[in-house]
Amino acid sequence: MTGLDTNRTAGVSAGNRAGRGVPARVVAVTVACLLAAVALALVGIAVGSSSLTVPDVVRTLFGGGSPAHELVVFELRLPRVVGGLLVGAALGLAGALTQTFARNPLATPDILGVTSGAALGAVSAIVLAGGSYTVGAGLLTLGLPAVATLGALGTAAVVYGFAWRGGVDSYRLILIGIGATATLGGLTSYLIARAQITEAAAASQWLVGSLSGISWASVWPVLLALVVIVPIALAQSANLGISQLGDDISVGLGVAVQRHRLIVIVCAVVLTAAAVSASGPIEFVAFVAPQIVRRLARTGRPPLVSSALMGAVIVTGGDAFARGVLPGEVPVGIVTAVIGAPYLIWLLTRRKERESLS
Amino acid sequence: MSTSPRPAAPMPAVPAMPPATHPAGALEARGVTLAYERSVVFEGLDLRIETGEITTLIGANGSGKSTLLKAFGRLLAPTAGAVELGGRGIRSMATREVARQLAILPQKPLTPQATSVRDLVSRGRHPHQSLFRPWTPDDSRIVDAALRDTGLTELADRDAASLSGGQLQRAWIALVLAQQAPIILLDEPTTFLDLTHQLDVLRLVRSINRERGATVVMVLHDLTLAGRYSDRLVVVGGGRVIADGAPWEVLTPGILREAFDLDAIVIADPSTGSPLIVPVDPAPDAGTATGNGTGTSARTGMQG
Repeated sequence: MTGLDTNRTAGVSAGNRAGRGVPARVVAVTVACLLAAVALALVGIAVGSSSLTVPDVVRTLFGGGSPAHELVVFELRLPRVVGGLLVGAALGLAGALTQTFARNPLATPDILGVTSGAALGAVSAIVLAGGSYTVGAGLLTLGLPAVATLGALGTAAVVYGFAWRGGVDSYRLILIGIGATATLGGLTSYLIARAQITEAAAASQWLVGSLSGISWASVWPVLLALVVIVPIALAQSANLGISQLGDDISVGLGVAVQRHRLIVIVCAVVLTAAAVSASGPIEFVAFVAPQIVRRLARTGRPPLVSSALMGAVIVTGGDAFARGVLPGEVPVGIVTAVIGAPYLIWLLTRRKERESLS
Repeated sequence: MSTSPRPAAPMPAVPAMPPATHPAGALEARGVTLAYERSVVFEGLDLRIETGEITTLIGANGSGKSTLLKAFGRLLAPTAGAVELGGRGIRSMATREVARQLAILPQKPLTPQATSVRDLVSRGRHPHQSLFRPWTPDDSRIVDAALRDTGLTELADRDAASLSGGQLQRAWIALVLAQQAPIILLDEPTTFLDLTHQLDVLRLVRSINRERGATVVMVLHDLTLAGRYSDRLVVVGGGRVIADGAPWEVLTPGILREAFDLDAIVIADPSTGSPLIVPVDPAPDAGTATGNGTGTSARTGMQG
């Protein structure tokens, strides 16, 4: 404890370590997720009623396929697979943001009510506007994402407002979110019960979370959301790391905590709303993807980029699995729920051991 | 109440600051009113922190000493008045700019998961970094030095969550050191530590002050330790500053009774000559006269 002269006599030999760069393990997990996403996308394009081989798909994508293959790949399968990748990425990133911000893996858009808010917005658009998501492309490109975003933002504001007591306690946030989810689910059911039968059927099908109705028109808003939000979210990454130490020390380290929080919440809400308006609520992706990646990468919080990629892997893989292995057209939302719900239970039971965390 | 002026030069010549790009501005509360909800803790308080000194805020439980420290650290907004840093309102300055001049270690920071000690300490460099000024070898050197100064070099690659209480507290202090701010605020840095580790932390704080010339403001419960390691004690209670001065001026039986409801005699510590508080038990037949609290303090030798 002598020689407190920091700048001059520091241990130079050890001083040139990578410092705060991205750890090698995180890079490896990110690359692995990227490769898996690409591979599953190719498989996803190949799988279906008129089956193609993966080499067929690659050939066609690079412009060397037959006209029949081109029709299947570009018109039928590609929007669905690209949509799945983007929706998954949006959900994975949204989950990583909310889990990190609330310092709690249970704090995901699904549980905090944001997804339900987006769903209520979208269902009211489907039911009240009298169109279904397969009809009216105009509603789909403009109306539905906008209404879903409004629903999601409104819910986020209300939940956050109720949870605020001079700071955010993550358990309070989650409990209020669960209440909001139940309330919004009730309202959604009410809307469906009052709706015309065709619209009710469309809304119910949409609520399961499926890629079957996705088209290029519904892919663009998600792409736009990701293009805008990803750089903003990544710019908040360092602040997210600091905020894990607590609010007071974050202020001490020069984080503008209120502004940081607002940015992170808005990013997560916009991503969730964009994903939900394209595909319906695909449950548990936002919850599971960041936690899997965090365990693989052994980091204190979910890495943002690989969480997004893992979300893409789960949705694309789940959809390919549903179409290629399961009989009939099982919506991907059911597959993710079947995987995700047991994982939630497992995580809840394990959580007791380190209750002190929050 | 201490009315005598504090010595003009309480310490040997303070070494020059580390080559900080941001020179120290004085920290000063001007007419500060602090309140939680509707209960006012301080009203119109003036307190100037002298540069280069160790100032310790002491007071009974609920006296508002931590509240005052939070206001100095801009964690709490005064309802009136302002805390100034170098003559500017601290809350009107960019928070990152403040962070380069003033570091604060709050009472209960959260230990992150799966984070090495070095990684944790590295976060102290946050105020010096931005998208356009990423991590540099200089940052690494500063972090290494902070680890060495806190005796954590050997533990640098350990998971922070696996450290003992004393080691962890040193890691947090290392983080604050890595921040390289000329003013350091510490909120009860010795809580939950045994006596050996309390001394360990306070010696570290003193060496930071003596060798780096850092201005330190801290909150402590243990009055004897506060007297031993501080240049100046500020006793708060009842919404005001009860006493303010060098340890021997402040730690008097009269002030101890007023601020802590404590009957004690004060003698010179045989090892350092600093004030040693010796609580006095109430006489058996006068037990009701001095109220509660004194019995407990007699056992522990301290009360705060």
